[in-house]
Formats: sequence, structure tokens, C-alpha cells
Amino acid sequence: MHDYTITEHAEALRRGDYSSVELTRHHLDRVDAGEALNAFVTVTAEQALEQAAEADRNIRNGDAGPLSGIPMAHKDIFCTRGVLTTCGSRMLSNFVSPYDATVVTRLRDAGMVSLGKTNMDEFAMGSSNETSYYGPVKNPWSPDRVPGGSSGGSAAAVAARLAPLATATDTGGSIRQPAAMCGITGIKPSYGRVSRYGMIAFASSLDQGGVLTRSAEDAALVLQAMSGFDARDSTSLDLPVPDYGAGLGDDIAGKTIGLPKEFFGDGVEPAVAETVQAAIRELEALGARTVEVELPNSEVGIPCYYVLAPAEASSNLSRFDGVRYGHRAAEYDDLLDMYSRSRAEGFGEEVQRRIMIGTYVLSSGYYDAYYIKAQKLRRLIADDFTRAFEKCDIIAGPTAPGTAFPIGAKNDDPVAMYLNDIFTNSVNLAGLPGISVNAGFDADGLPIGLQLIGRYLDEATVLNVAHRFQLATDWHRRAPGGYA
Amino acid sequence: MSISSDQVTYIAHLARLRTDEEKSAYFAGHLSRIMDLVEQMNRIDTDHIEPMAHPQDGALRLRDDEVTAENRREDYQAIAPAADQGLYLVPRVIE
Amino acid sequence: MEWETVIGLEVHVQLQTKSKIFSGASTAYGAEPNTQACDVSIALPGVLPVMNREAARLAVKFGLAIGAEINQTSVFARKNYFYPDLPKGYQISQYEIPVVGRGELEIDAGDGPKIIGITRAHLEEDAGKSLHENFDGFTGIDLNRAGTPLLEIVSEPDMRSAAEAVAYLRQLHALVRYLGISDGNMQEGSFRSDANVSIRPKGEQKLGTRAELKNINSFRFVEKAIRFEVERQIDILEDGGEIVQETRLYDADRDETRSMRSKEEAHDYRYFPDPDLPPLVLDDAFVAAVRDSLPELPHDRRHRFIDTLGLAPADAAQLTVEKSLADYFEAVVGATSAEPRIACNWVLGELGAALNQADIPVEDSRVDSAALAGLLDRIADNTISGKIAKDVFAAMWEGEGDADAVIAARGLKQITDSGAIESIVDGVLAECADQVRQYRDGNEKVIGFLVGQIMKQTQGKANPKQVNEILRRKLAP
Repeated sequence: MHDYTITEHAEALRRGDYSSVELTRHHLDRVDAGEALNAFVTVTAEQALEQAAEADRNIRNGDAGPLSGIPMAHKDIFCTRGVLTTCGSRMLSNFVSPYDATVVTRLRDAGMVSLGKTNMDEFAMGSSNETSYYGPVKNPWSPDRVPGGSSGGSAAAVAARLAPLATATDTGGSIRQPAAMCGITGIKPSYGRVSRYGMIAFASSLDQGGVLTRSAEDAALVLQAMSGFDARDSTSLDLPVPDYGAGLGDDIAGKTIGLPKEFFGDGVEPAVAETVQAAIRELEALGARTVEVELPNSEVGIPCYYVLAPAEASSNLSRFDGVRYGHRAAEYDDLLDMYSRSRAEGFGEEVQRRIMIGTYVLSSGYYDAYYIKAQKLRRLIADDFTRAFEKCDIIAGPTAPGTAFPIGAKNDDPVAMYLNDIFTNSVNLAGLPGISVNAGFDADGLPIGLQLIGRYLDEATVLNVAHRFQLATDWHRRAPGGYA
Repeated sequence: MSISSDQVTYIAHLARLRTDEEKSAYFAGHLSRIMDLVEQMNRIDTDHIEPMAHPQDGALRLRDDEVTAENRREDYQAIAPAADQGLYLVPRVIE
Repeated sequence: MEWETVIGLEVHVQLQTKSKIFSGASTAYGAEPNTQACDVSIALPGVLPVMNREAARLAVKFGLAIGAEINQTSVFARKNYFYPDLPKGYQISQYEIPVVGRGELEIDAGDGPKIIGITRAHLEEDAGKSLHENFDGFTGIDLNRAGTPLLEIVSEPDMRSAAEAVAYLRQLHALVRYLGISDGNMQEGSFRSDANVSIRPKGEQKLGTRAELKNINSFRFVEKAIRFEVERQIDILEDGGEIVQETRLYDADRDETRSMRSKEEAHDYRYFPDPDLPPLVLDDAFVAAVRDSLPELPHDRRHRFIDTLGLAPADAAQLTVEKSLADYFEAVVGATSAEPRIACNWVLGELGAALNQADIPVEDSRVDSAALAGLLDRIADNTISGKIAKDVFAAMWEGEGDADAVIAARGLKQITDSGAIESIVDGVLAECADQVRQYRDGNEKVIGFLVGQIMKQTQGKANPKQVNEILRRKLAP
């Protein structure tokens, strides 16, 4: 039953083929069996079974929505009341959140059952899930390899069928890149669609919540429930959320797909390029037209991103000072020493590195040369997309330049690690919606992601094209060996 | 763009991250490489471009002036490293 | 050498809102520690700021009152530094683009009106409080105040003496209270000022190196602190020394300023626009609505009181310090047939003394404006004398009813019947033959005694004007 889609589960629950408690227990068993993946930081079995029992009552009473009783997992970046919320960090290794994130509340209100909290790169800073205080997550397709990051635990859990879906966040590719590396579907909506309240901030102007699923159809269902205005987030959009299911199955004949030539250059592994080209031919076979577009400033997307994101992070992470919650050093001489030790002990190396970069680019004498310069480039990058969308309805390309790499391969070279985000982070800079769907495998059997980028607020087209692709192909139905 | 150990020590102090000579030297290497990457920004001329701080050009939404928060001190201080008589405790601050 | 003092002031005014600037926690003063420290106030991971409209409205109200440009798009930035009373590790404050631009305030330090430039006023959040009492060697942190809205008002270095600085602060204090944007309570920290003080040789254009004086939270201390600091700087320069740019703390107990060496460490606040808060955009309708809500400004009202009501400038100034007092006065004037000047004397005199004595604001006065107007009418129509009216007022204050009721109950109605007064006068003249003789011998002062006797017999109820007339007529040779 763990291979069913959410819609299939919902129908089975309504028919009484199995109960939510049974479905939940089944997934909890799989979580236990899949423990070696290290996908979860916290499993809330007892609470999950209570929530499932409640869902069963609601289903029996006919008081159930499309997500009632469906098990899921939350990235450990979302605050969950009464449950450990670590953000993958020693700093919050003792933090039992006193409140729920809006996303958590919404999915709970929709009747979903939370199995627990998934592992992640520390404070979402990483592209391989290796920076977690709780250790690396293994890729279900190849246990020696990374699952991608930062939502690596969520992606591995969904790929290995430990959960039908998991929430995730994406600041520079943290939903789409692990989706690609784990062969699943991951959508990052437009900035402002999903409330950031209760989602521990990495880079506030780039962070956006989304979901990892096994299909675009499932993604549409969950995104529908997650999205919408939240008065507690000043960047939340006060706009109605369209019905993502409504146009999901629409014909894509006549849609124009833009292919940025910058996304098909030398840096892309040949297998990735070939697979993505094949996927695009598939979309053409479905009647879509392709046109070349230009994103001339995308070459500076990475440097621009690695100024802005660390700058915001350096400030966002100042609240972790050992005063009101979180880790405080056991011994210290005075206040300054308490701060410095608590933070140096509580944060891992990559987080400290980014805090230092961010502090540096904001510091007196460097602000204009780095921070303001990067903000100007951000506008140029966003304008590139606007111009490209004058010629097309959607943009397609690879999600990442390569497939999952071996654990430890890039640990000594932060810059090499950063280049993983080359096709994803400009989408965050522009605030656009993007999805990654599995488009095939390389010679080693590692999944390859096709990225689709939409106009601002046009999640519907992104989901529509992804769904039509998945109706025509079965890549998204492939399960890693041992987890089928 | 090279960042020296001393610069790392200064930055680490601003960011309240304890460091020592060895750590500063180690980070100096990484940060220099990252700043080399960052310097690539200079390939593109940005004169007369307006900086972009938010991904959307929206205006701040304003809230009505109402007290909506309840007192949850006990919950909040249950997770505090050190609290007494309703106060958070920190090493003595010398003014 | 002759030195010129140059002073600029930065004033933090706590805005009178019910909730904090970026959260729904209460701003009420004096609560138990951390009971008004919500998730945003203590900066839990994942929480976000949402701006209070009223704080923006009050800031604009101030801006319009000082004739300032309103920046209809302003930006909140983060000022980054670590301190235990600053839970996020940054303060949200307007930096490059404040909501209120350049304006001005007219002051009078006793030598005529002078215009002081106001550079800007910006919105920001307050920090919490550090309590340094001994908690076993620890400092206690109370975050109830963290996130309280502040308006920081920065003046130009336009003041040339401690007296001018105090006049500016008094004027500003009166204005924010008058506008109802702050309670101005200095003990509770609702009105806090820092002074930038420097000196230069008279005639010199260039500004001298300044010292920033902190912690001067009463008008008296401002004056003393500045005087001390100016003397200190003159001594240094006259000894051939140099002024160091630094922050100095005023110690009221010792009446001196001293360097805050602990704060001399180089600051690098790393300001940048807060990504959690899009720009504050106030449209024309918002500004127009605030403009419409603006009361007549104290400056304009003062001039109207002088020009059209004929009040003395000093009285007009005193009446317009508090909007509520000016409102009360105008309500009295509108309801009585007495002269505005008389009404003013009563409001500032008897009423003011009674309010002072009871230590209550005019809003809570036990004699409302209508009642006072009623009393003044009885003076105007000669029912009672001004002197008797004071007793009536006292009775009214004690809750014995309105003026007519008190007059009737106590039988205080003035005797205006000339026949009755004449017979009393005749009686007194008969009894006081000695004094009558003295008067006729040229000692006119003795008439006071005779009037006193008449008033005594009438318990003060005889109309004094009539008594005088009749008496003089009868004493005439």
C-alpha cells in the first residue's frame, strides 16, 4: 500500500480498505525498517497513531477531506508544538517548540497524520544533507551517496516510501535538488504563497516552504492545503489560491517551453543533459513547442546568492545566543565568552562559515561592494526571467548539473558544493515557482531531475506540465531497490 | 580576494563565534575561496540598477493595534537555559 | 577666548499604542517580568514581525505637526549587535529612509522665539531591560519592553545653550503629549533624551568634536549635564587639549559626566533592509486621514488665544501646554458669558490649584467645564462676587452641587438692592464716627476699614461696587 498515491490512499480510506491507523502503522514500520537511511531525527509514533485514530473517526463520520488520515513527515525546520524541533543543529538539539508553524497547523487541520521530523542540513545550509548535527542521510538509490539537500531527510523518506509525502523548504534549491537526486517530485511555490511563520529562517527573502511527493498530482493536493494568506507573515500574499487540481490534466498542446541556453552548457554531466533533452522531446510529443530563451545574468546567480543568503542568515541566526532557548555552553568566563562558546559549540562548520561570509559582506566598507552589488544583480536576474517569459509559458532544464555524489566527496571544497545550486538558486532570487520531476536515470541507476520553472504565481502551469509528463512516462513510479 | 586570519578573527568576534589561531587560519582559506567566487559578480556592470531587497515589489501590510498575545511565560521559560523569578539569566553585564 | 556651545538632541519617544510595534503583545507598563513577552518579543525561532498601523499613524501625526516631509515609502532595516536585552540580535529600525523627514519646532528660552530644525524622526523597536540586582552573579533580563514602538526624533545642532536645549525638550515633550502620541512619562522611560554637545570658538563655522551624553532623563539633569560638559570641554581646550569623540554618562549624584569606556569598542552594526518587512508605503489617503485627525496645533492655538481672546502671552502658553487643559478652557469660554480673560484666570488659578492639590488631570476634574462656566455666569451677572465665588468653587469641588445650588443652599446671593445696602451703610457710618471723621480729615485709606465692616455685616454678600459707590457718596462732604 505504500506505493499508492495520496488520491489512491484517500479513496481506499473512504472505502474502508484499510484504516488510517493501519496505514500509519505500516509507514511507521517502514520508518523503523529504513532507519539506516537516517532520514528522521524524531519519530512521533504515539502521537501519529492518535492522530490517525482521530482521522478514522472523522472518515467514518463523513467529516473528512482529501488529506484526512494520510501520513506524512515534516522537515525539522518547521516548528512543532511539544515536539523536538532541531533544524539539524546542535544549537536546537534541546528545543521543544512551544508553538506550531502555520504549515504544520494547516496540514494538521486538513487531517494529516505526522509521523515525525526529518533530517536536514543544519539550518538548511547545504546541498547534500551532510552538515546535519544528526549525521548524513543516505540516498535510497545508493546508500553511499548523498540524497541532496538541504531537505535530504524528507526526500529520502518519500523516495524510500517511508512516507507518502514530506514538507520541505527551498532557499536555493533545497526542495528541487534532493527531489532530483532521490527521483521524486518536489515543488517550491512562488515566494509568498506558503507562510513562513514557524519555519526557522535561513534567508528570509529566499526561503519558501513546499512539498516532496511522488507525483505532481500529489504535490498539487498538498500544496493546496499548505498555501494561502497568513496574517503572521508580512511577506505572505493576500491573494486567493487557485484550485491546483482544476487544470492539472489540461492538454499542454500549444504551450511554449523556453530552453535557456545557459542551462545546457559544459557544466552539465552528459547523462543529465541527454536525459533532460529526452524529457523535453517527450513534452514536444505532447504538443508543446520549444523556444530558446536567454538568462544572460544567470552566470552570476551563484555568487549573488552566496552573498545575499549568508548576509540574511548571519542576522537571522543571531537570535541563537544561548539566552532564551537552545544550547548554552557549560562553562564560560563572562557574557561575551558565553555567547562565543555557545554559538561556536552550537553551530557546525558550514553554518559558521556562512555566518562569517554574511557578516563580512555586510560589514562597514564592504556593504556596497558586495551586498548592494548582489541586490542589483538580483534585479537583473529577475528581469531576465521576466523577459524570457515574454517568449514562453514555462522554462525547462536540468534541476542539478549532476546526479547524487558519494558522501564525503565535496566536503573539503565548499565552492564545489555551492555549484550544485547553479540551476536552482536563480529561481529563488526571482521568487518564482519551480518543480523537479524524475526524468530518468544515469548509467549507475541514479535519478535525474527535470526542472520546470513558471511565471510568478503560476504554480498551476508548472503542476499541469509536470502532471502531463508523468501521465506520459513512468519515471516517477520507479522505486529504489529494497524500498519498492 | 584573500581574507586573512586576522580578518576572520575580527568577523568571528562580530558574529560572536569563538575562534583561535588555528580555526581562523582554517576558515581564512575557505572564506578566501568563497570570496573569489563572489568576486565573479564584478563581471557584470550594475550601474544605474536599483537594488532588489524583496522578490516582490509589495508594500508592508499593516495590522490593527490590538493586544492578541496571551501570557505564556511558563511555557517559554520551561525551555530557557537559565531563568529565575520570571527573568532570563545571563552572566553579569558590566555597564 | 569666547566659546560657543552647539547642541543637538536625540529623543526617543515611546508611542502610545496598545500593542507592540511588530507583535500583539501588550505595551502596558509595570507588568510582572516577561509576562508581556510573546513569541515575537522573545524571538523564538521561526516567528515574524507584523507592523502595527497605529505606530505608523502616530509617527506621521508627529511629522505633520512639525511641518515635516512625510516619506510615503520608508524602509525598516536591521541594526545588528549582540546584547542580552536584544533578543533577535538585531534591532528593527529605520535607517536610510525614515518615515518623517525634515521639519522644525519653535522654542522660546526666554529671549524670544527661535526655530530649531528637526533632521528626521524614525520608527524603531525598543529593547528589553537588564536588571542588575544580584541574581547570584547573574543579570536578569525582562523582555516586556522589547518591541515597544519608539519614535526617535533627531534635531539639528541648532541649540546654543543648555537653556535652549531644555526649552526644546519641554516644547517637544508638550507637543507629543498634546498630540496624544505619547504619555511622555519620563520616570517610565517614555521620553528619553541624549545630547550631542560640542563647543567652538565664537564665529567659527566648523563644528567641534562632540561628546554624546546619555542617560539624561529629566529636564533638570539635561541642563546640569550640558553645563557640566561644556565647562569640561572648555577646560580641556583652554589647557591646549583635545576633545575625544565618545559617549559619556551623566551621573546625577556627582553632577558630572564620565566616559563610558566599556562602550568604546568599535561598532559595526551591519545595517541592511529587513527581508521580513517590505517597505512601509503610506498612500495619500493614509496621510490625508492623519492630517484630518490633527488637532489645532499648540502654536496656532496659543496665537489664537492671544489674538482673538485677548489672553496674555504667558497665560496662553500655559493653557496650551496640555491639549486637555486648552480644550477645557475653550469649553468654559464657549459656555459662559464671562470674559475669556476671567475664564483663563479661573482655569489657571482656582482650578489649576485644585487639580494640583488633588494630583489629578483636568479630564478628571471634579468641576467640569459646564459647571465652571455656570459659576462664572453668576459672577458676571452679579449674583455673587468674585471673592464669594471662590468659596462656591470650593464647595462645588467638594461635590455640593452646581453654582446655583451652592449659592442657594448657603444663601450667598449677593445683595444688590441699593436701598438695603444704603441702610446697612448708614448703620455702619453711625457706629464708626471716628473713622468717618478721619476720612473727612483726608485719610482716605480708612474707607477700606468701612467697606470691611459693611462686608462683615453682610457676610460678604453686598455687591462691592455698589458698596463703594454708596459709601463714597455718603462720606462726601
